[in-house]
Order: sequence, then structure tokens, then C-alpha cells
Amino acid sequence: MGDAVWVLGANMTKFGRYPGMDSIDLASQAALAALADGGVTIHDMGVMAAGTLNEVASGPGQRLQKQIGQTGIPVYNVANACATGATALRTVYLTIKAGEADMGLAVGWEKMGKMGLLGAGGKGDRDRKVYEPSGRYGSVMQVEGILGTGLMPGVFAQAGMEYAYEHGGVGFEQFAKVAEKNHEHSTLNPLAQYQKAFTLDQVMGAEMMSYPNTVLMCCPTGDGAAAAVLVSEEKLKTLSDEQRRRAVRVSASVLTSDPWTERDQVQPDVNTLTREAADKAYEISGVDPQDLDLVELHDCFATAELVHYDNLRLCAPGEAGRFIDERGPWRDGTIPVNVSGGLISKGHPLGATGIANVYEVTTHLRGEAGDRQVPDAKVGLTHVIGLGSACGIHVLEKATI
Amino acid sequence: MAKQIPIVDYLVIGDGEPHLEAWESVDSGALYLDRRNADAKSGGTEFRRRRLESTGTVRSFTIVHRGVPGVPVPYVSALVDLDGGGVVKSNLTGCDPTPEAVSLGMKVKMTTFVAGTDDDGTEAVAFAFEPA
Repeated sequence: MGDAVWVLGANMTKFGRYPGMDSIDLASQAALAALADGGVTIHDMGVMAAGTLNEVASGPGQRLQKQIGQTGIPVYNVANACATGATALRTVYLTIKAGEADMGLAVGWEKMGKMGLLGAGGKGDRDRKVYEPSGRYGSVMQVEGILGTGLMPGVFAQAGMEYAYEHGGVGFEQFAKVAEKNHEHSTLNPLAQYQKAFTLDQVMGAEMMSYPNTVLMCCPTGDGAAAAVLVSEEKLKTLSDEQRRRAVRVSASVLTSDPWTERDQVQPDVNTLTREAADKAYEISGVDPQDLDLVELHDCFATAELVHYDNLRLCAPGEAGRFIDERGPWRDGTIPVNVSGGLISKGHPLGATGIANVYEVTTHLRGEAGDRQVPDAKVGLTHVIGLGSACGIHVLEKATI
Repeated sequence: MAKQIPIVDYLVIGDGEPHLEAWESVDSGALYLDRRNADAKSGGTEFRRRRLESTGTVRSFTIVHRGVPGVPVPYVSALVDLDGGGVVKSNLTGCDPTPEAVSLGMKVKMTTFVAGTDDDGTEAVAFAFEPA
């Protein structure tokens, strides 16, 4: 671990809706706070990565620099679906690993407002309607809702139902229990977009979006930013006792894309690339899944969280239903999952998510998580997945240096 | 009879029974419903057309209650494992859009319907699956 990379500073804005702030305001707030948290300034940074999905073509990193400091360092503007934040973090990580910088700043953000359902895409109405085949499928019209659904609540519902088909022991109730848990967890997190508990009956009785996902089982759209300062181990050794005490080691940083499967050609398969990323992360870090004190995983929908219990090896193969039934992923369970409230309740401003989860785990490993602190947390894992697909996993450990 | 056109080019109409056709990689046998530059499995660049079976098994489904404007809800979206190979996504019709009426592993068969008519009177023919 001599050339390990460490988290020196981290911060996130509260997730929610900020009509009075622009996206760079949010990014600046998180970035400046992360720098302050690490006891450093923008002038100490040798590299910066800016992760934001919907604004990536607008030079977001450079726009952020104009607010927090133009020092001439390389800026990477990063987009990788919902794995955008994790990819930005990993870009800084790789630069430090390569020896090109000893310290860097990763910032992820998104301003979505009330964006509504994501994933429809396709052909819009034209003035005069004449059917002409176009595109790689030779389609003549918008096929959403005619040839099945590509809307996110439905895509992830189908991912969950596929797990139910293959493994059994999983149904509407198990999926709903995931949302019951995450909403309950969020009541202890002042940075969560929503902090309201719901009973299982309330979750199951809420408006149905795409069976089995009710509205309380879907993440909201929203605004927010998160940032992290990474530092090389060599550099960290020269910093103050306080900085070294609070630093958290990045024991693995992994990014995968989806390998070929037949079914993946029709609808993204969120399982294969998560399994590959997890296995690689455990191998690199030497951490066993059962050693994890907390996990922040990509619960964009309740059906997604459940399949990732299995993909991340948090439960025995095929036992994700039993894992939630036995309360394994609750904050007092065997492996607490999404004690932040998860995407379902904490929120999911796309580009921010893959750094916000690193902030969450870092805060627990430092023992600074307040009411939601997982006692004596020493090792945690963060996971995000972006459809298309990209999976980012980071293993973080409390360690002395 | 109005002129008809398939909603996507992997649906074949006007050549006997309507059916689905995929691009099959000569190298690996991998099937693609869309045009590919190379086989994402093997890297091979040779493809041939292959007729797919019109029967299969529901491997997953969802019941969409909030969809895009203009599409009536609720409806069932399903992933279907086709007999003889291939996976396709489509709506599931011919049964109530309720969890009680649809089941994982249920046997289904393909059907077609008119999904719309353009300003020239041409009908777009789509496919769905229904209980076999």
C-alpha cells in the first residue's frame, strides 16, 4: 500500500432543490468545503475532475475554476451516466497513481430540478407524420410503451423481477422492505433530500409507478454536489497529524463496463459488471465482503438495491430476499446498507452521487457521522452504476499512517 | 387494405406469418435486433439474417402505471426468452395488467397489431406477446 491514494477531504451539499442557485454555486460550495475539510486550498491541487452529466459539453470544470481558482492545472470533464461522480473520482485517483500529481480534487454535481421520468428518448412528433424507417432498428415511430418500456422505473423493475424469476424468495414485499429501510435510515441524515419514515404498508400502498416499484421505491430527481480531495501517501506523510488522522485510505478503485450477454442487448444488465467490479475490488483490497462495516450502493430503485446484495456478495448467492427479510442490511444488521438513506431518500443528483457516497463512508470511517454513525466502522464500500453501462466501486478503509 | 410498414425492421410482415428476424454473427451465433458494425461478443464482422421463433417464456416483466404522454396505462412490459434463442422486449397483451394475471415463466406467443397510421394512410404494424 506504499503508493496508496487517500481521501484527505470530503463534503457534500444537502441534496434537494435549489431554484435560487445555479449548478456552479452548488459545485463551488461542495468543492470549497472539501478543500477546507482537508486543510488545503485549490493552489495545492495538481489535477481536477468535474463530473456532471447534463452539462458536460459546457466546460463545467473550467466554469467551476472561474469561481474557486484558476491555477492552470489539467481539468477533466467527465460523463459516465450515473457512474459519473465515481469516474471523476477515479480520474483523480489514476492521475495520482501515475505520479502526475500528488493531490487532486474531484467534484460531482447535477441540477435536475423536477425532471420527471428519465429514459424515454426516441422520436418526437413531427409536423407532418410520414413513417420512414430510421436508426439502427429501422423504427418508424417512438416505441416507448409499444415495444415494452425503457423508462427507468420499469427497466429496474424488470431487473428486479428477473432476479425473482431466477432465484425465488423475492416479491413485491421484499422490494418494498428495501425502501422502508432506506426511508427510515434517512431520518438520521440531515443532508438527505427527504427525511421521512414510512411503514411497509405505506410503501406498498403508495402510487404504483412501474410494478413492483411504487413512488416511494423510486429515487427523486434533485440538485446537489459532492467533492473529495485525494492525496498520495507520500504527500500525506508530510501533512499534519490532524490531516493524517482523518485521512481515509482508498484500498480499491474499480471501473467496469458491461460484458456481452445475450439479454444485455435488449435491456442493460446491471448484474454482470457489478459482479466483476466487486470481485476485482475485493481482490485488490484484500477485503472480504463479510468484513464490510457499511455499504453505500446504487439504490436508484428498490428493485435495484435488492439485486446488488447478491452482486456485491453481501449475501449468499440467490439469498437476497432472505437477507432483507432477516434485516441484514438495516443499520443494526450484519452489513448496514445505505445508512445515508440511499438514492431513494437521500436523493440522486446524477453526477454528485458517486462522490456523495464516498463522503458518506469517509464520514463514518472518521467517526464523524453523528446520529447515524455506524459504530466502530473501519471499512466500507461505495457502488454506483450508470446504465449503458458503467459500474464504479471504491473500497475505503480507516488506517493509520 | 391500407399500406403497412413494420414499426421496426426486425419485425417481418408481408412474407407469410409475421415473425422476428435478427442479425446472427457468423462467428459466435450471437443475435442482434439492431444493425451492428461488428459482433460485440466475438468481434467478427460477418452477419446473416436469422428467423426467430414466435413463442417464448417471460423471464421478467413490469406493469407500467406512469408512462409517456399518449401511451395508455397500465400496460405490461416483458422480457421474453424466445424458444430457439434470442431475447426480445415487448408489451404483453391478452391478459389483465395485474400481478395476478401475469407470471414469471409464463409461456407466450407473438401477435401483431396496428400501432398508428401516418398522414399518407400507412399503418405501422407492431408486435406484442400474449399468453400461449
